Amino acid sequence: METVQEEATTLAQPKKTTTVSGAVALLEGLIAEGTEVIFGYPGGAIMPIYDAIYDYKEKLNHILVRHEQCAAHAAQGFARSSGKVGVVFATSGPGATNLVTGIADAQIDSTPLVCITAQVFATLLGTDAFQETDIINISAPVTKWSYQVTDASEIPAALAKAFYIARSGRPGPVLIDITKNAQIQLFEYEGYTPCNHIRSYRPKPIVRNEYIEQAAALINSAKKPFILFGQGVILGAAEQEFKAFVEKSGIPAAWTILGAGAIPTDHPLNVGMLGMHGNYGPNVQTNSCDVMIAVGMRFDDRVTGRLDKYAKQAKVVHLDIDPAEIDKNVKADVPVWGDCKETLPLLTNLITERKHDSWLAEFKAFEKIEEEELIRKELEPQTGELTMGEVINQLNLLTKGEAIIVSDVGQHQMIACRYGKLNTSRLSVTSGGLGTMGFGLPAAIGAKLGAPNRTVVAVIGDGGFQMTLQELGTIMQFGVDVKILILNNQFLGMVRQWQDLFNEKRYSFVDITSPDFVKLADSYSIAGRKVTEREKIVEGLQEMLNHPGSFLLEVMVGKEDNVFPMVPQGSSVSEIRFK
Amino acid sequence: MSDAQNIELANAKQEYTITVYTENQIGILNRIAIIFSRRKINIESLNVSPSEIEHIHRFNILITETEEVLRKLAKQIEKQIDVLKVYYNTNDDIIWQELALYKVPTDVVAEKVFVERLLRENGARVVVIRKDYTVFETTGHRSETDKLIEVLQPYGLIEFVRSARVAIIKDSEGFNSKLREFERLEPGQEVIENEFLDKEKDVFTM
Repeated sequence: METVQEEATTLAQPKKTTTVSGAVALLEGLIAEGTEVIFGYPGGAIMPIYDAIYDYKEKLNHILVRHEQCAAHAAQGFARSSGKVGVVFATSGPGATNLVTGIADAQIDSTPLVCITAQVFATLLGTDAFQETDIINISAPVTKWSYQVTDASEIPAALAKAFYIARSGRPGPVLIDITKNAQIQLFEYEGYTPCNHIRSYRPKPIVRNEYIEQAAALINSAKKPFILFGQGVILGAAEQEFKAFVEKSGIPAAWTILGAGAIPTDHPLNVGMLGMHGNYGPNVQTNSCDVMIAVGMRFDDRVTGRLDKYAKQAKVVHLDIDPAEIDKNVKADVPVWGDCKETLPLLTNLITERKHDSWLAEFKAFEKIEEEELIRKELEPQTGELTMGEVINQLNLLTKGEAIIVSDVGQHQMIACRYGKLNTSRLSVTSGGLGTMGFGLPAAIGAKLGAPNRTVVAVIGDGGFQMTLQELGTIMQFGVDVKILILNNQFLGMVRQWQDLFNEKRYSFVDITSPDFVKLADSYSIAGRKVTEREKIVEGLQEMLNHPGSFLLEVMVGKEDNVFPMVPQGSSVSEIRFK
Repeated sequence: MSDAQNIELANAKQEYTITVYTENQIGILNRIAIIFSRRKINIESLNVSPSEIEHIHRFNILITETEEVLRKLAKQIEKQIDVLKVYYNTNDDIIWQELALYKVPTDVVAEKVFVERLLRENGARVVVIRKDYTVFETTGHRSETDKLIEVLQPYGLIEFVRSARVAIIKDSEGFNSKLREFERLEPGQEVIENEFLDKEKDVFTM
């Protein structure tokens, strides 16, 4: 420890500076922010940064992906499994534009990313230079913030702002575009100062007690209260606070696809999934509850179905950190602005401890109907083609709810989310808002790096897998232990399902052929196996899970199975159908 | 007013003037503009200029929409990192003006028009008189600036330009105190002020 006197002399001295390049300042800043992993791909404009990182291999683990889109998805997977900020590098032009899908996905799913793109020399801006693209404006609608750096001295402050913005409040992706001259330029570096205040940005609204009181009064007088929870609980690291609230209030709680796991799937008050392919009870009861308490969720149209027939009878209490979400889709009677980590305990304090046995029994009754009519056939079929559900069910029995399940987009995603067993938070990683096919494989790579001690199972369809299968190369090169579970129905299943239900089975371009996935894996030195019989499912899963290192398991499932229940688009949640 | 009337009013489209205070950052104009274009809402007039506070710009945006849409737009704009504050007001809540310039041939005007009467009646003034043309200026509401076009059209109006609407909010207490609040607010116990943030002019320049 320094003495006071020593401190005083230190303060009196001018700041020590070192002469470094913009590229080195960037890497120093990333280290100061606690960055461990970077997902990236080099190119012309970003070469000075890659030259600098050559000397930082010990401190920064750079994962070379096979396509920039996958760098963004991998960083998302990393952020979602670890709770930290994902970091992405891409070069100018096509490198930057390839990121856009991943950035858009992160924006709509509130995933904190710091994307560093390179740009042509500042003197060439606007000249249609080689690999020049206006990424700041291209990405503006899908980033929380972006900034173009043209002078090396801006880098530390810009990076500090970027991390602060990405992770605070409602998280999201930010982009910093650094011109090549700024990467090369030498400047007097004064060290890195993190940012924790921007005067034009208030990450969380101030909590207003009158709304907490009003919310508590509504909850205390409710006869049929119903909790809907979303990813806000997870992003706010408020799982404990939420559990305390649910348990004291005794209110049945249902989750959005991104809220999955905020309380364990088998918690007695967890009544299931909301929305288009959610559970029967939560959808139907939406239109019979008297008080609806929405926590950290945004009433996406896939959750609400037809809005003018959505919970019209209910008083709505909406807890959200983003003021723009309140009253956006569903009007709140009591808006509880704020971080739910702060608002939930305040609310828990004011509510009376209750049990809603008969109301909960109604949910159980719906559950029983769904179980008998649908779930049993899906999870434990005795004859006929293999179902996606039975594969997930067997997976649950083996992983016991402790594995991270990364899903892609489509039918298998709905099945994986409906039936995946999750004991804790941050075990489900999926593309919810944007619905990006091809998300699964790269996100699983990131998820594994973000949670190295967890088993990571990427559940992917035959269509989505073919969108980003080049990432098998990344898995091979970096030895990432990802278990790939392809549920192959030889169709683009979800679109086929809609064509079946709504377009008189006019199967238009949904019949997709695939390569031999096991052979493909083999050419990447990834072990694999194909399962076509019911008796081999458990064995196949066991082999996959027990295999040291990555493994690809392909399971051939029913070609024309549909995912039910379903709230057809444009229908009310209470019009949920079983076939 | 009855609830029904209130609802009707909230659902009726009318002119709203949106006032936005932002940091003077490159790119914020686009970030604000795309909030409208994304929803296919037309911006009828837009004025951006430095406010009374250094480094802070004031936007005046005129659109015709319902109050419900305005409420949502305002929140989306305020969500932008570099936006400090958004207000939206109906025409009753504001004092507004547009400025217009009219270029007409000097000889025609001098010969045929009672210039003095014309200026008086339209509250206009002469900005420039040259041998070949004269430039008049007037400020007012749209209808007033429009009227002078009609008057001058027969005399060979060569060129006309009108500014965007600028508006003062009748019951605003100004932005200075609000800004001090923003600067004071929030930062938790362990405030490490980013040394560059207060000197953004020195660092964030291009």
